[in-house]
Amino acid sequence: MAERVFMKGTEAIAEAAVRAGCRFFAGYPITPQNEIPEYMARRLPEVGGTFVQGESEVASVNMLYGAASTGIRAMSSSSSCGISLYSEGVSYCASARIPMVYVNVQRGGPGIGAIQPAQQDYMQATKASGNGGFRMIVLAPDSVQECVDMVYEAYDLAERDQNPVLVLTDGVMGTMMEPVVLPPMKSDEELAECRAKFMPRAIVGHPLGQQAYCRPGSVGDGQEQANIEAAALYETWDKDIRVEEFMMDDAEIVFAAYGISARISRAVVRELRAQGVKAGMIRPITISPFPYDTFRNLDFDRIKGIIDVEMSIPAQMRWDIDFAVQGRCPIKEVLRSGGQLLTNDQVMKGAQEFIKEVL
Amino acid sequence: MAEEKKVYSRTKGIIEGAVSGFCPGCMHSTVHKIIGEAAEELGALDKLVRVEGVGCCGLGQFYVTCDETIAAHGRAGAVATGIKRSSPDSLVYTYQGDGDLAAIGLAETLSAANRGENFTVIFVNNGIYGMTGGQMAPTTLVGMKATTAPKGRDPQEHGYPMHMSEIINQLTAPYYIERVSCDTPQHVIKARNAIKKAFKYQMEGRGYSIVEIVTSCPTNWGLDTLKSLDFLREKMFEEYPLGVFRDKGAEEK
Amino acid sequence: MARIEITTEACKSCSYCVISCPKKCLEIGSDVNSKGYLYAVSARPEDCIGCAMCAQICPESAIEVWR
Repeated sequence: MAERVFMKGTEAIAEAAVRAGCRFFAGYPITPQNEIPEYMARRLPEVGGTFVQGESEVASVNMLYGAASTGIRAMSSSSSCGISLYSEGVSYCASARIPMVYVNVQRGGPGIGAIQPAQQDYMQATKASGNGGFRMIVLAPDSVQECVDMVYEAYDLAERDQNPVLVLTDGVMGTMMEPVVLPPMKSDEELAECRAKFMPRAIVGHPLGQQAYCRPGSVGDGQEQANIEAAALYETWDKDIRVEEFMMDDAEIVFAAYGISARISRAVVRELRAQGVKAGMIRPITISPFPYDTFRNLDFDRIKGIIDVEMSIPAQMRWDIDFAVQGRCPIKEVLRSGGQLLTNDQVMKGAQEFIKEVL
Repeated sequence: MAEEKKVYSRTKGIIEGAVSGFCPGCMHSTVHKIIGEAAEELGALDKLVRVEGVGCCGLGQFYVTCDETIAAHGRAGAVATGIKRSSPDSLVYTYQGDGDLAAIGLAETLSAANRGENFTVIFVNNGIYGMTGGQMAPTTLVGMKATTAPKGRDPQEHGYPMHMSEIINQLTAPYYIERVSCDTPQHVIKARNAIKKAFKYQMEGRGYSIVEIVTSCPTNWGLDTLKSLDFLREKMFEEYPLGVFRDKGAEEK
Repeated sequence: MARIEITTEACKSCSYCVISCPKKCLEIGSDVNSKGYLYAVSARPEDCIGCAMCAQICPESAIEVWR
């Protein structure tokens, strides 16, 4: 049964994973996601699962690789500089086509950066989460509810594609409390069914002649063949693109933002509408695959300009927007980074300056 | 005349008809063989899971018949933790060389040992990086030449050889620690028995075991196969004495 | 009578079996296999006692033994 509760983002993420059937979690302490491993350490034993505190992020992601290769639902989470250390294991899972799910609760960067929220891992998440040029679906929630729904769904996507899935959230959503509807607990039967599909590939021991290999690399033309198959998978992801178009029907000023920046931008769009400005917002919900066509097919005769709102300096999602817009309208950036939060006032001020220039 | 009986068969733990990719005289292939034999004797080949390290051990993927995953360099201890915790009925072993286990994977190795993870570590120590071409390992002997220590290992610059079994023996959790070799038929039998014992302990849920096998590397030592045996016995055994460091199973009896 | 069978294609000429045979039955022969290795042969099969020491030491699992 679905139930409505008041929960902190990180804990809601952990509970959603458990309800989706996560029975193994490995993680290493790093702010601002510590409540996820802490919650899992308490919660997993209640459902017959296993929690391991890894000796590092490197170890944790490789434990996840091992656990996921047995066909059970597993998860790990970290934050920014910790996620950098995940690149080894994520790349291995992508190469060996192991369905792994992980969460990045972003903080300021680069380097050790800042423990406060940021959106500075966009490029890493969407373009190169490890060596080798693999891709993965990256879900970018903008509320605790979406964090829950996306973590719950991530397992289905990962298992469908036999590929890693990342939920990219940030320290704001991770640490704030909101009312959420929790999804139902997956039954043992449902989970057994999911696992049964993977069993021929599961690294658990098989009778002679039915050996399962997990190969994150290959000799001869094997690796190229694996890459061709992976590329064919990525081509099928157009159907998975998700994007929110908020008040876009007659919009002349378009905010482009994902995650926490989208929440702030949505409020500013409403304020501008109240002032008579035809503002709207495009919020990529999947940032990989990116909704290029939504930007590409905008009515540029009507649209006066795009305001890219990100908690990253320099801007990162701007690259994807530029790629789609190709200079057909002016683009302004409103940015903060290094753990400094955007405010409604700052976004509004930036918007008003831009409006003066373009309207 | 009594009927003829087959007294030694090739193990089903290695692929029928396959020739290993290892160099002549390399004991990696011996170790692969005795792992297969040990698991076969325990009737556990269909439960066997190999977590392969990176280096020459990577050649094993074309040679063994059990389920297998390849860990990133050094991470076998972490990957095996994930597998064993998620699939407790599997018979899980890591197969790692000295560079993998004692250099890049030191944290994963010691942390898994310290947690007393219920899997078996097969550690092949030949004092050199083999696959990449004879670079210095943490276990390279003092004075021994390596491509990255062309004048030989100098303690002033490189420190001293690391004794992994002794280091792991400082931890409380490990259940069974033994160092063996494969230079004589008797030692091969002893090594197989050690691996079998470690597997048996794992099947009984007793926790972490490591079997360190001190071996030669004729190719990167620059010695022919028989001279490499002499070096193994004279130099390697001196630095890495064979024997049981800990056997909680025997103590409990 | 005891006997051994050598899979000559798997032999890499390491000589470990030659030095391990207590009866000195084995030798490295003068023929090469397809990989170019001079492979081990049972030179004095009549002396074989089927102790399997050669098979135990053989890294390549190239020797099987009957007794």
